Amino acid sequence: MTTTPEKAAAPVETVTVTIDGVQVDVAKDTLVIRAAEQIGVQIPRFCDHPLLAPAGACRQCLVEVPDAGNGRGFPKPQASCTLPVADGMVVNTQATSEVADKAQQGVMEFLLINHPLDCPVCDKGGECPLQNQAMSNGRGESRFVASGSGGVKRTFPKPINLSPQVLLDRERCIVCQRCTRFAEEIPGDPFIALVERGAQQQIGIAPDAPFLSYFAGNTIQICPVGALTSESYRFRSRPFDLVSSPAVAEHDACGSAIRVDHRRGKVMRRLAGNDPEVNEEWITDKDRFAFTYAVETDRLTYPQVRDADGVLRPASWPEAFTVAAEGLAAARKAGGVGVLTGGRLTGEDAYAYSKFARVALGTNDIDFRARPHSAEEAEFLAAHVVATGPEGGAVTYTDLESAASVVLVGFEPEDEAGAIFLRLRKAALHHHTRVLGIAPYTTRGLAKTHGTLLPTAPGDEPATLATLHDHAAHGIDSTSVILVGERLATVPGALSAVAALAATSGARMAWVPRRAGDRGALETGCLPTLLPGGRPVDDPQARVDAATAWGVDSLPEAAGRDGDAIVAALGAGELAGVVIGGVDPADTTDPAATMAALEQAAFVVALDLRASDVTRMADVVFPVAPVVDKAGTYVNWEGRPRTFEAVLGSPSSLPDLRVLAGIAEELGAPLGFRTVAEVWSQMEDMGPWDGPRATMTPVPPAPSDFDADGLVLSSWKQLLDQGTMQDGDKHLAATARPAIARVTRTLFEAVGPTVTLTGDRGSITLPAEPVDDMVDGVVWVPQNSSGLGVLTDLALPGSRVTISGGNA
Amino acid sequence: MGSVDTLTPVLTKDWGTDRSWTLPVYESRGGYASLKKALTMAQDDIIAAVKDSGLRGRGGAGFPTGMKWSFIPQDNPKPKYLVVNADESEPGTCKDTPLMMASPHLLVEGVIISSFAIRANTAFIYIRGEILHVIRRVQAAVAEAYAAGHLGKNIHGSGYDLDVVVHAGAGAYICGEETALLEGLEGRRGQPRLRPPFPAVAGLYASPTVINNVESIASVPSIIEHGAEWFSAMGTEKSKGYGIFSLSGHVTNPGQYEAPLGITLRELVDLSGGIRAGHQLKFWTPGGSSTPLLTDEHLDLPLDFEGMADAGTMLGTRAIQLFDETTCVVRAVLRWTEFYKHESCGKCTPCREGTWWLVQTLAAIEQGKGQESDLDLLLDQCDNILGRSFCALGDGATSPISSSIKYFRDEYLAHLTHGGCPLDPAASTVWASSLTRSGA
Repeated sequence: MTTTPEKAAAPVETVTVTIDGVQVDVAKDTLVIRAAEQIGVQIPRFCDHPLLAPAGACRQCLVEVPDAGNGRGFPKPQASCTLPVADGMVVNTQATSEVADKAQQGVMEFLLINHPLDCPVCDKGGECPLQNQAMSNGRGESRFVASGSGGVKRTFPKPINLSPQVLLDRERCIVCQRCTRFAEEIPGDPFIALVERGAQQQIGIAPDAPFLSYFAGNTIQICPVGALTSESYRFRSRPFDLVSSPAVAEHDACGSAIRVDHRRGKVMRRLAGNDPEVNEEWITDKDRFAFTYAVETDRLTYPQVRDADGVLRPASWPEAFTVAAEGLAAARKAGGVGVLTGGRLTGEDAYAYSKFARVALGTNDIDFRARPHSAEEAEFLAAHVVATGPEGGAVTYTDLESAASVVLVGFEPEDEAGAIFLRLRKAALHHHTRVLGIAPYTTRGLAKTHGTLLPTAPGDEPATLATLHDHAAHGIDSTSVILVGERLATVPGALSAVAALAATSGARMAWVPRRAGDRGALETGCLPTLLPGGRPVDDPQARVDAATAWGVDSLPEAAGRDGDAIVAALGAGELAGVVIGGVDPADTTDPAATMAALEQAAFVVALDLRASDVTRMADVVFPVAPVVDKAGTYVNWEGRPRTFEAVLGSPSSLPDLRVLAGIAEELGAPLGFRTVAEVWSQMEDMGPWDGPRATMTPVPPAPSDFDADGLVLSSWKQLLDQGTMQDGDKHLAATARPAIARVTRTLFEAVGPTVTLTGDRGSITLPAEPVDDMVDGVVWVPQNSSGLGVLTDLALPGSRVTISGGNA
Repeated sequence: MGSVDTLTPVLTKDWGTDRSWTLPVYESRGGYASLKKALTMAQDDIIAAVKDSGLRGRGGAGFPTGMKWSFIPQDNPKPKYLVVNADESEPGTCKDTPLMMASPHLLVEGVIISSFAIRANTAFIYIRGEILHVIRRVQAAVAEAYAAGHLGKNIHGSGYDLDVVVHAGAGAYICGEETALLEGLEGRRGQPRLRPPFPAVAGLYASPTVINNVESIASVPSIIEHGAEWFSAMGTEKSKGYGIFSLSGHVTNPGQYEAPLGITLRELVDLSGGIRAGHQLKFWTPGGSSTPLLTDEHLDLPLDFEGMADAGTMLGTRAIQLFDETTCVVRAVLRWTEFYKHESCGKCTPCREGTWWLVQTLAAIEQGKGQESDLDLLLDQCDNILGRSFCALGDGATSPISSSIKYFRDEYLAHLTHGGCPLDPAASTVWASSLTRSGA
């Protein structure tokens, strides 16, 4: 059962209203301010926002209502942002009513008396609703200055920090409450509130609680004046000097629409785009502020080859292509070449790696999963995820709102997929969706979605999942959705249990990776078992189909090695070479092993944006374009392609696919494309696999080791952490949640406020925090918020660590 | 029209009694008899009695109390609440405060009967935070009532339970606005709520809620005791019953005078010993500073809802502030306007910004600065606030200004030609005569 429940809603009931003499049919309960938009009348407004609850605070949108639909009019002008239409209602806006026009002009005059009118130095000047509407609905000259003995404005000291990133200029604020309503209603982070009263009323924070919301930047965008600014953008450019380009955020798998504002080839800021189907009008602060990584000083700008003396030196593109091709050909002869890709690839780039591996290197040794992974996961993805999408009935954002319940397993939306978190919160608040979190403790995110914790230690997820069908309190059925995080790959039997629960209950499931490129890499066959379009490698028909599309005689038949196996084979000398693109060894299952494998490999070709441990060990280094410099497509968790054009045109900044095409040509195995458009056209020609899907062989859960010593390590990456794609914005970094270890209260009382955790890879010392509902025997730490990250410094999540109080 | 030439002490009848605020004294004078009677009545009959009595809200707006009670949806599964608005803060208004000081049990008895009628098992008395003594009085009375079995579980064997919570406000005029009061009672910032939903449907804790003024609730026991007809025999056709008239300012004996609605100011001034000796009435407010002021032309108008509406003002809280000819109307209006500026909650633009500007314009005129056109500007500012603000606080802020310019435009202009106030501010004080004698 995969149809969306309650999708076929009853036809919308409409009413007929007359606005400025024009009759219009609008949906029942539409607010007058939006009904007027339908006849092309824009009523000025400040506090009104379509995604926030009506407030009626600014009074800018007053209209005259001579007939409320019952034959009687309102004696006073009405706020059109709080007034729902009624059948037969007659509304006269400023376009036809002198009363409405005067009321609006009066409110505008009031708004401006205490406003500093510092538009020439204000960041908002040029894109300011107050400025614009003062022009359209206000008087040219203020009567305030000339009144009495000369008007005296209320003043405040200039901006104060609401957070390390968000600044408040109280003089400019018109206290419309959009920001406070956003913070309370949308992410559920009510760290800002009104304080004081009358003209002294202002937005404030508690002394010990700054506005540390992952979504704080949205308030800057919806502020209708220049009161809220970011440290990152304040005083850096004027709106009318900026070019705005639509784009897609590259920091997670949400596919959030963004707008990139740039000036003379430099990105100045990013804003949320408006996509009601996906991220509505909200993005995370990471999507908003984390873009300076592309202009860090270690950005690679030219190819490099390693000389005989062992030193990397600059090289021309043709030389680098030749050297890379020769080295790879030799490595292929000496055992083979593996391909490891990271999470930043566009679908087109991923396709190029996938085709490059098969056609130019003759191998299926390719894996996009630069993180702990498993064969069970590859089977799950091939059987249940690849080649699905909204058009085929896969789970969408909108489905989260209509689902009766949503199970989260191996997945923390607030940290790992912000747009899903916001949509889940909306679903829980407005559509009574029940959120069930399979996790070791109630996270802040789960609490904010009013979720129920199903307390589960890492490793025990299969057991919890097995109880859900027919569970009396939270039984899962066909109206449920299961959201599976990529972390679940490391729990044997967990993805099998998810598939079994979905099969028996009829619940729908969706897989949510952390990274923007992962789903596209899956779709294009960056897996040892899959070719593009979900063609199983072990299906001869599928191989023939792909070979035909690619114009080659045959494709390698043997299933390839996965990421861990490629690393192992490199280390053991079974593989001689590796093409590695955008992989941070610290993210991989065993960072030390990955580094050793790269050291061991006879020939390493690295494609990367910035100098890294990988490029320092490579034999040939190719610079590749950051996402802002190239067109492409991300496939988001829904399976929805999110295509975007290049924001900046930089002829020296080439996408991965162009580099791979160049090497392949030198290898004598041309890929048949050099541009993004050519790749896209190849992918379209090839299409998805229409033969039988791969199937999954269930994996049994691992036996519990209740008696083992130590604590089970639970860990995931927080939204803001030490990730290299957040480099360059210290203000953003300062809003990150600190690295702390979360333990049970009992344990906290035993070990104290500072703890040292020791695992098989080392020890870390962190402040500890007690969590009341933490599952016994579990400790949680953020995966990449301190040191070199948990995978390098401590242990693999899910394994055992020991704890002691104080510093080691 | 009922008799208006005598006082009708009902709410105030015990005020002169020694220790009138204690339970024994209150009961010795017939207190809590109405409660016992009410508990034997059908609840709908109590609502009907209050409806039939014609009692209209004594907090100023004059909405029929019984009708308000009947709006409570009895099929709503949520708890129902009674909230008593004792946040008396309107300048000039001082009726609920002495009532709660002298006869707190009258209020408590009214609360119990009213809560019983609307099927509320919890009632709140929201008292203005500044009047600490009153809060203690009411708290003590509630404690006495619990001890005597008038409150708590199974009141007098009726099977009816009621808890009363006395809540101290935090000092904001806006919390007298009923939805802002509810916000405050819920522990939030005191700002008015969007309506609908109305409190009768989703009020306190989103549950059906009746909010009544102290005097309205305190009137209920007498209606139960004497019947609706007794009550409606007093007052005028549409403004039934009695009410407390609070006279303050330049009268010989300021104070509370309880009389049937429809009494005239002339009668009240006579009862209070006349205007301050040697002076004449200049202007007065019928119901606090938010009601447009009147002059000596209006001495014979009936003080009821209709009479005041006909004169372009409102009966309000019957807070009659009287000013004689020594008072500068500009100065008085400026003081009131400063009050509204200080008390504006800040939620909506017209009230927040408008009061800020009004004070500046008025203050300049009072000092003889500014120009004649500022009077038109003031009126235009008022026009842009009145009916444009979120709640009635903004409307109230404009009343003294527009009404005073209507009646005393020349006095405003005199400030401009005189280069300041033409009147001696000391002359309006109570110590004016001593100043004159000492030659100051």
